[in-house]
Amino acid sequence: MRDKLGLSREKIDRARILAEKISAPILSFVGKHTTVTVERATLRLAGCDGADREGVPVPNLVVDQLAQAGRLEGGALDWYANALLREGCGTAELDAKIAAGLRVADLPLGDAGAARRKGEELAKAGLDRVAANRDRRDALLERWKGRNNDPLLYLIVATGNIHEDVKQARAAASRGADVIAVIRTTAQSLLDYVPYGATTEGFGGTYATQENFRIMRAALDEVSEREGRYIRLTNYASGLCMPEIAAMGALERLDMMLNDSMYGILFRDINPYRTFVDQNFSRMINAAAGIVINTGEDNYLTTSDAVEKAYTVLASQFLNERLALAAGLEPWQMGLGHAFEMDPTLEDGFLLELSQAQMAREIFPEHPLKYMPPTKFMSGDIFKGLAMDTMFNFVSKATEQGIHLLGMLTEAIHTPFMMDRHIAVDNAKYVMGNIASLADEIEFRADGIIVRRAHEVLDRTLAFLEEIEAKGLLDAIAEGLFADVKRPRDGGKGLEGLVAKGEEYWNPVERLLEERLGLAAPEAHPYDRRTTDHLGGAAAGRSETKGGF
Amino acid sequence: MATIVKPYGDTLDDGKVQFSFSLPVADGPKAHEAARLLVESWGFHDCEVVHSQAMSEDFSFFVAYAKAGSGIDFDRVVADDAREGESMTMDEIDAFVRDKIGRKVVVVGACTGFDAHTVGIDAIMNMKGYNHHYGLERYAMIEAHNLGAQVSNERLVEYAAKVGADAILVSQVVTQKDVHIANMTQLIELLEARGERSRYVCVAGGPRLSNKLAVELGYDVGFGRGSYANDVATWVAKRLVEKTLAGR
Repeated sequence: MRDKLGLSREKIDRARILAEKISAPILSFVGKHTTVTVERATLRLAGCDGADREGVPVPNLVVDQLAQAGRLEGGALDWYANALLREGCGTAELDAKIAAGLRVADLPLGDAGAARRKGEELAKAGLDRVAANRDRRDALLERWKGRNNDPLLYLIVATGNIHEDVKQARAAASRGADVIAVIRTTAQSLLDYVPYGATTEGFGGTYATQENFRIMRAALDEVSEREGRYIRLTNYASGLCMPEIAAMGALERLDMMLNDSMYGILFRDINPYRTFVDQNFSRMINAAAGIVINTGEDNYLTTSDAVEKAYTVLASQFLNERLALAAGLEPWQMGLGHAFEMDPTLEDGFLLELSQAQMAREIFPEHPLKYMPPTKFMSGDIFKGLAMDTMFNFVSKATEQGIHLLGMLTEAIHTPFMMDRHIAVDNAKYVMGNIASLADEIEFRADGIIVRRAHEVLDRTLAFLEEIEAKGLLDAIAEGLFADVKRPRDGGKGLEGLVAKGEEYWNPVERLLEERLGLAAPEAHPYDRRTTDHLGGAAAGRSETKGGF
Repeated sequence: MATIVKPYGDTLDDGKVQFSFSLPVADGPKAHEAARLLVESWGFHDCEVVHSQAMSEDFSFFVAYAKAGSGIDFDRVVADDAREGESMTMDEIDAFVRDKIGRKVVVVGACTGFDAHTVGIDAIMNMKGYNHHYGLERYAMIEAHNLGAQVSNERLVEYAAKVGADAILVSQVVTQKDVHIANMTQLIELLEARGERSRYVCVAGGPRLSNKLAVELGYDVGFGRGSYANDVATWVAKRLVEKTLAGR
């Protein structure tokens, strides 16, 4: 990549050091805590599944029983493994018994060594399935190498009915989409459980369930085969069940997951402590699964002004990067987010958008940046909207973004119609084909608007990170420094699901993840292991799996 | 005499209308003809399908033009819009409130239910506002409380009582499957059950809300697409003055 902006290497390094310092106390807290959904995700990866007659998932039944009995601080898998040995059956049979009323927390503990061996065996089997999914994806990406668009064209389906979603996803993929995201129903982020089975009812989206994941994966595999192009599947590891959704995504070979370290706090009013613990475990699962995460910086700009608050986007990208590294994700797995959201009436606004996108590209050279289309200033004027999307497509290609979420001309009106997606793909293919080599051709004036703006945003970002470091991240969030939203550390939803790990805490899934990801054992602080020169070291490991990026 | 108006393409009364739609059939001459016949079956004539394209194996996309069969008597049209003439500006509203009410007007707003979209309530309430119309937080004579999104009706009502609100603003962006109707109705029922309905000016807003629907559901007023903070503030301030006069 050519350096077009002349940004100071020292300043960028300084920002990374600040991000590391800001993250350190958060990670120290994370290491000492678990949550109800971390435990449920652990159970799910160990094979626990199903639901009772009321639709309460079996992992919730187990964790709720243990929480009531005050035993969660030891970890849930011990008790589940003990129950398997006590009942002398397999996971499916045990799940059915639990759904029918068996209380795992009340069973007397048997041979502790045997239970732990059983737990280890289940954890290994679960993570082996995840690894096999990753190998399968790598093989498919290798087989169809070079067949995807660059940037990857990302489309959303959102009918509420998984079977209808499948039809729309098939059409979108055959039109040229590389990534299909099944947007979730509006209510799901605040549910402290993951619904079970295939679903046909949702509002503004479709429930994320493991069965829905499986159905869509199978459909996209079929389309991939027909198109000779790997179609990636995306869902949302966000809300109160981040780790569980990450687990389901890993088990069903999803390829990307929305996963932001602070989104739940800022935009869903989920408790900060809960979120930081959940995001870490969910990201470890994403890391092991070879999933590319998409962070949510674009959301800042829907509440704050995109010109004034551009530095909050860059600051958050540094923090998301740092917390992702601490969870074992590598730069090629970090689809750091940003967006084309400036007021279209602004003179030279396009230059500022180009500057922001190029700056992100140069500061995060190996990361498949996730670029989001205009939403805030989209209106019922679909013709103007199409023109704005065209400008967005231009910036994306001209600055070599990695993941391009296609803008819809009807953004402000309804969830996309089939023809809206068709128009969006056509537009992107036209613009991106027409300027295919432009990024190689253009340079920017050293004293021009674009270069000056990038320097200014980086400077403000540094000052902002200094301020956060001085205050501490939790106080910075409480004071509304991000997205103009104030979230006190003890406020928000889900705090009751946070549990301090006891001396006896045992979680073989976590331990195996740490081992396979090369993270430090929990006694040491995971963030100590990795230094700021991660771009060399950490990226080297699996760079052969970069696939389409 | 009636004034009949028809769509205007390039000649008065040519009735030209632009269409784009998709059909769940494979593209081809038969789909093309089906699209043309379909448009004419809706009462349009001289339909020309000017573009067709396959969107997938079994979906096709069309752009067409046709002439409208009928016009409308413009004089008999009554608009459903809460705004009566020009709304006051922020400064005018502040002066109006200072003069006629003599204290700050307390407004509580939220996007209620499971709806996670703050964009509507933020456009009306945030300091910055939207499209060069400052939000209520910027008004000197309005004390604005924006509770954000996914707020339960119960919490909104409790909060309004706590801060002694004059007006409650409810934003509803997601209207898929009419989820907003049940939610909006529940708020009014809740206020009535608590005997507090008359205490507040209740305002509903959202891109697909009409004043008519809001009034039907028991709100004082509804604001749809294209409404700004000063439209809402003008209406609320005037209504509060009317309420005070009526209460004397």
